[in-house]
Amino acid sequence: MKVAIIKYNAGNIFSVDYALKRLGAEPIVTDDKEILSSADKVIFPGVGEAETTMKHLRANGLDKLIKNLKQPVLGICLGMQLLCSRSEEGDADCLGIFDTEVKRFCPQRHEDKVPHMGWNTISNTNSRLFEGFAKEEFVYFVHSYYVPVNAYTAATTDYILPFSAALHKDNFYATQFHPEKSGETGARILTNFLNL
Amino acid sequence: MLAKRIIPCLDIKDGQTVKGTNFVNLRQAGDPVELGKAYSRQGADELVYLDITASHEGRKTFTELVKRIAAEIDIPFTVGGGINELSDVDRLLNAGADKVSVNSAALRNPQLIDDIAKHFGSQVCVVAIDARQTPQGWKCYLNGGRIETERRLIEWAREANGRGAGEILFTSMNHDGVKTGYANEALAELSDALTIPVIASGGAGSMEHFRDAFIRGKADAALAASVFHFGEIPIPELKRYLCKEGINVRL
Repeated sequence: MKVAIIKYNAGNIFSVDYALKRLGAEPIVTDDKEILSSADKVIFPGVGEAETTMKHLRANGLDKLIKNLKQPVLGICLGMQLLCSRSEEGDADCLGIFDTEVKRFCPQRHEDKVPHMGWNTISNTNSRLFEGFAKEEFVYFVHSYYVPVNAYTAATTDYILPFSAALHKDNFYATQFHPEKSGETGARILTNFLNL
Repeated sequence: MLAKRIIPCLDIKDGQTVKGTNFVNLRQAGDPVELGKAYSRQGADELVYLDITASHEGRKTFTELVKRIAAEIDIPFTVGGGINELSDVDRLLNAGADKVSVNSAALRNPQLIDDIAKHFGSQVCVVAIDARQTPQGWKCYLNGGRIETERRLIEWAREANGRGAGEILFTSMNHDGVKTGYANEALAELSDALTIPVIASGGAGSMEHFRDAFIRGKADAALAASVFHFGEIPIPELKRYLCKEGINVRL
């Protein structure tokens, strides 16, 4: 199986690469359009800022490429947010796979710190990514922007308000949390994705 | 609900852990990767690796080690020690670290915090503060607690928060190594004053001390070294205890 990780100006690509290698996959980190289009699975990782990243993707023609991918795609963190229609971060127009907006967390109490950082539980799991999940499990989050619960929500987490911890539509899967940093639970989610 | 975090801290010298020789069931007790994997399996939520090597050669060894840690550990980890400029941060993040911890360099040059936050995001920037309670209040120290400054704990932490720090790692020099509990009053004051998470450090000797740091000290995370390294407090037991005490932890 050919697994490709989209290479662009974002951090955290190594972590995803390492996590997949731990699972026995041999991922290729690349921005080569042919390799990406012909891969069996594509991972769209990311830590960074939405507007800057979208500009970079457009400049390299990766925006069109991602939208047209037909194989299973997994967006992670910023990768998930960029698959939505727009983001309040830098008022960015995004890829529009998921017809929903990305919003900034508004703290309601002093305890509501932003970014939402650390281990939190996922509920209402409703996607093959979470196959075999018997109970609420903890996964690792680091983010200041969130996707509200919508028609594509595949898991929810409660922080300040319930938001989308995962999304799914057709061949596009996405997690707000970092499966590559979520211990054994995260490894199972990545394995489920590789087995799609 | 967001879980309170338990963070073992490993001191590294020339690529090997300095403490932690009493850890059982490890082929190489001194190997930071093996030790980190063991902690991860036990339920540690994050790891902190502090490079206490001074030499240039040691720095290179540490960077190579960070690459190995990133390849093998599946929970977030922070690296610190000897980070003086943006290029150090870049080197360590590129090696695979999730966060970096800056201490003396930030106190000497606070602009470093703004620069890290701007280039890599606030979430990677942990500002570590070593402070001691004096008759004049809590004072910040440089160089691993060797040089006293006129900066006050709360005031410096607020400034770091404002400049873009993602977390504050506060070590009470009065409590460090004494095992009588964390500096809960100062921790609570920090937590009330800041809009970012506070990691408690220095003083853990019993499971009750962790509970008190979370409840009385309002800490978001608690860091410890020797109680974990010497097996005095096994992490699974600690987490079950905290859960029973009504604290939300990842089990």
